[in-house]
Amino acid sequence: MTSNTMLRWGLYAVLVLFALFYLMPLFVMLTTSLKSLEEIRTGSLLSLPRELTFAPWAEAWSSACAGTQCQGLRPFFWNSVLMAVPAVAISTVVGALNGYVFAQWRFRGANLFFAAILFGCFIPFQVVLLPMAQMLGLMGIAGTIPGLIFVHVIYGIGFTTLFFRNYYVTIPLELVRAAKVDGAGFFRIFFAIFLPLSLPIITVSVIWQFTQIWNDFLFGVSFSGPGSQPVTVALNNIVNSTTGVKAYNVDMAAAIIAAAPTLLVYVIAGKYFIRGLTAGSVKG
Amino acid sequence: MEWLERNVPKLVLAPSFVAILVFVYGFIAWTAWISLTRSRLMPRYEFEGIGQYERLFAAPRWDVAMHNLFVFGGLFIVISMVIGLMLAIFLDQRIRAEGVLRTVYLYPMALSLIVTGTAWKWILNPGLGIQATVRGWGFENFTFDWLIRPEMAIYTIVLAAVWQASGFVMALFLAGLRSVDTEIIRAAQVDGIPTHRIYSAIIIPTMAPIFLSAFIVLAHLAIKAFDLVIALTNGGPGYATDLPATYMYAMAFSRGDLGQAAASAMVMMMVIFAIVVPYLYSELRPRRDQ
Repeated sequence: MTSNTMLRWGLYAVLVLFALFYLMPLFVMLTTSLKSLEEIRTGSLLSLPRELTFAPWAEAWSSACAGTQCQGLRPFFWNSVLMAVPAVAISTVVGALNGYVFAQWRFRGANLFFAAILFGCFIPFQVVLLPMAQMLGLMGIAGTIPGLIFVHVIYGIGFTTLFFRNYYVTIPLELVRAAKVDGAGFFRIFFAIFLPLSLPIITVSVIWQFTQIWNDFLFGVSFSGPGSQPVTVALNNIVNSTTGVKAYNVDMAAAIIAAAPTLLVYVIAGKYFIRGLTAGSVKG
Repeated sequence: MEWLERNVPKLVLAPSFVAILVFVYGFIAWTAWISLTRSRLMPRYEFEGIGQYERLFAAPRWDVAMHNLFVFGGLFIVISMVIGLMLAIFLDQRIRAEGVLRTVYLYPMALSLIVTGTAWKWILNPGLGIQATVRGWGFENFTFDWLIRPEMAIYTIVLAAVWQASGFVMALFLAGLRSVDTEIIRAAQVDGIPTHRIYSAIIIPTMAPIFLSAFIVLAHLAIKAFDLVIALTNGGPGYATDLPATYMYAMAFSRGDLGQAAASAMVMMMVIFAIVVPYLYSELRPRRDQ
């Protein structure tokens, strides 16, 4: 019995230790962002701030410099919002309709096409970076937010299609057959039967896409122009800005601001976030 | 009209079909072609042969990048799996506050790798980070300066990447553990089989597909790792922490060497496909019989 109790304590000790490991960077970011530079230089990484200051947050939001531009994260934060909202909406709608066809309106060649889409989910984006840069130029949307929306929609529909296809495939085919007998068409059936059932998978898809697009850096840094950079690119520029004194507290405040939206989504809807993560990897 | 009615499903798929055909497969073909030309600053379309690949494999920097990929990828995958499996098994022991712990373990996965890189860069910087803090506690000789040592910097990437993804592996394994038939486990317990044997002989073998999924996802993350390196070390010191992804980016956007960028991207794709194709094949086959 006593050895069992010891084991139990050991178990909890390991679990708590790991919890501290995962929380430590967030704790350090938060406390650093609330300290003055003076205190950062003299104090310890893990100590709480002696005097709270919110000046680094104000600076990170509205006046921190990235290179020669000193407008803080604010304009770039809005760029990310303007980019993510339409891209998430469009890719989710397209994915829902595609998934509906793949699951319920099978035709010859559909399996092959689905395999081709699935395959596309796994390509390293480096392999499309160069031609996409050319293509955006040809289309006249290089370095713009619509250009970024376009890229995120194109490379997002693979995953959204997969989500909806795997969800709709569990709905019996007889339902569609019966509705067809009653004279309902493709869209009627979708809106009357499938859409009302879809709230959970829409949530999964929206959260997945939002997290992917908000956190994206590769497309952002490759395809944005000076005025259209998303927040991740601006954060990296602020942190690596070499002009002036290195303001670690401002860097950390900026990092938290950039992380806040996806972190908030995770806290509110963690269940759906996990489902999205696993849906892509576990056999549906 | 009836034709339209019959073909609505195909028409709905058509835009995606064209998009995938052009922007995935067409673009791969374009990149493959460019990798076989003499393109430098601008794309040139005259076929040249495998010269770009010869140059690539002869480049010391590419050598470092591939070597780093195997060191980083190997360690990242193995450590994440070990930690993930351990945490999942521990959490599966009717732990109080399991929900809170799970939430804490998994939240890094919601963060941008740029944020992760920024945080760890600050924590690991020798001047004011962990090293300085531990020295401040009285351990004057404590040294933890991997970030600035060329031969050690790659391990900081491993550390940050494991921090980010191991909770996700935990979630995968935990879901797997929970899906094992409880009847079998209870029967084994009744027979007096010790817990560690139940795990090693009954539960873990049934989770083989989950090991495979976790491996695929982690391998995929490792090969695409780009943001983390940019934010944490920017490929440095020198190019000590370059990965294929950062090499490709440097060639494409700062060196103006499209041929090298295309060739390195093609090699990346082949490495991924070598891992993913057998997996997708086995995933898709049973579905066809349904």
